[in-house]
Amino acid sequence: MNAPTEYLPKSYRTRVSTYWWLHRWPYLKFILRELSSVFVAWFVILTLLQVSAIAGGAAGYAQFQEWLQNPIVILLNLVSFLFVLLHAVTWFNLAPKAMAVRMGGKRVPDLLIAGPNYVAWAVVSAAVAWIVLRG
Amino acid sequence: MSHNKRSNEPFLWLLFSAGGVVAAMVIPIHLLLFGLAFPLGWLNPPSYQSLADLLHNPVTRLYLFVVCTLSLFHWAHRFRYTLYDGLQIKHLNELINTFCYGGAIVGTVVAGYLLWSL
Repeated sequence: MNAPTEYLPKSYRTRVSTYWWLHRWPYLKFILRELSSVFVAWFVILTLLQVSAIAGGAAGYAQFQEWLQNPIVILLNLVSFLFVLLHAVTWFNLAPKAMAVRMGGKRVPDLLIAGPNYVAWAVVSAAVAWIVLRG
Repeated sequence: MSHNKRSNEPFLWLLFSAGGVVAAMVIPIHLLLFGLAFPLGWLNPPSYQSLADLLHNPVTRLYLFVVCTLSLFHWAHRFRYTLYDGLQIKHLNELINTFCYGGAIVGTVVAGYLLWSL
């Protein structure tokens, strides 16, 4: 399991299971949140494939759209969407923890600091949807 | 790693952080539209011509380039630590760094090439 190496010396070494993050829900949530980055990377690949398909002409793009309808691709995109949502929510909720603002001796409630993030999120999402759907 | 070299960790963290904001703000709606709503027929997809026109607008290309690049560096930084912490393979340091940041750099070059050569 954890064989001693240069970085893991024999002394002062308690055994930590490779699957330590499966033992408690907060740990698992942490790892799931960190794993969201994989789906962020998948989104970039998907977007670059789309750009290249559009550049290739109408026929190529129709083929790309067909590929997007493949159940496996839909499932992958659904999972990616959920992971990216997890990333967004945990990211926005982090703001009040990163800056504890005090006003009149009292700490400003977390919601007041995270709130503008959610408003910006809604505005940006609406703008992207409007630009794409306009056509 | 040598100790007299200045750490580039703050710079990488800045890219991670900027990428985190961009990814949180725009990726969900992009995936919802192009990955689910259009393929599943919930919404009528935009025509090829309108997407091609949109893509030829320099603002769109710059937007996509920034989104792709920052998202990739966000991935690189976070995934690197996921491997460190989740799998406890810190001894594979160099290999992981090369894979993560190298991947982000390759992705940036590909994105730049694709978007520029349109």
